[in-house]
Amino acid sequence: MTHLPYVVAAYLLGVLIPTSFAVSAFLRMRGARRRLDAMDRRRRR
Amino acid sequence: MDASSVVAPPPSGRRSLHRFANPGRFLRLSGRMLPWIAAAGAIVTAIGLVWGLLFAPADWQQGDAVRIMYVHVPAAWLASAGYVTLALCSVVSLVWRHPLADLAATETGPVGAGFTALCLLTGSIWGKPMWGAWWVWDARLTSVLILFFLYLGHIALVRAFDDPQRGYRSGAILALIGVVNLPIIKFSVDWWNTLHQPATISFTGAPTMYIGMLWPLLFAALGYTLVFAAIVLARTRAAVMERRIRALLMARAAA
Repeated sequence: MTHLPYVVAAYLLGVLIPTSFAVSAFLRMRGARRRLDAMDRRRRR
Repeated sequence: MDASSVVAPPPSGRRSLHRFANPGRFLRLSGRMLPWIAAAGAIVTAIGLVWGLLFAPADWQQGDAVRIMYVHVPAAWLASAGYVTLALCSVVSLVWRHPLADLAATETGPVGAGFTALCLLTGSIWGKPMWGAWWVWDARLTSVLILFFLYLGHIALVRAFDDPQRGYRSGAILALIGVVNLPIIKFSVDWWNTLHQPATISFTGAPTMYIGMLWPLLFAALGYTLVFAAIVLARTRAAVMERRIRALLMARAAA
């Protein structure tokens, strides 16, 4: 394969950037849901 | 009781677009759709990228460097499409003052900036072996760089005020002013003599690309679009819940 380092670098970025956004969004969503559920349980007690 | 039911206000019978913008309904609907969009995005992107990397033919002039296209072109499409989303949310925010549109715009900005950065970086990586330079002040490259700065400006502006409403409003105005850059990006390769090649795919004419390269590109573009939508949806869901948490904390503090 010609230009292999360039192709590999582009594909790595193409996977890493969206994946980092997806993981951080998922963690943030899960954290918010847990906090909200905990507050709701406390409120009902 | 889950988080969506905590946020849900009383149901409304009105059949309008506004009912989809109701935060509780948004959380329920997006909660059902998100796993499917995310899974479809991951699978279709993987198919497009593997197809483009291993099975699509190399270009007779560019060799295997053309495979960078399967990352670069979808990222470029999403850089512009993300900004259109940002502008639409800004219109809804300014005209109807809908809080969900404010949150969606705020959460679209960083994702759009990320995909614009991906477009610029992969373009630079593609440019080095083909043009002999990482960067040239070409009309297409420069206008996409301006788009990146517009995203950064929006991200900074919505967070720059103590009163969030002022931030949302200023960000929405900036987003709408920045829309003028989108046709410049699109037509820069036609209006000016640029190093960047003109469009090979258009809505009005047949593609000037070999079909064996076109299919993986379309798969990668569709997959990345679904991934983009899933990320924005997840971030907006988190923002809606975080706003509710702040409201509950303030109510508790005031009691």
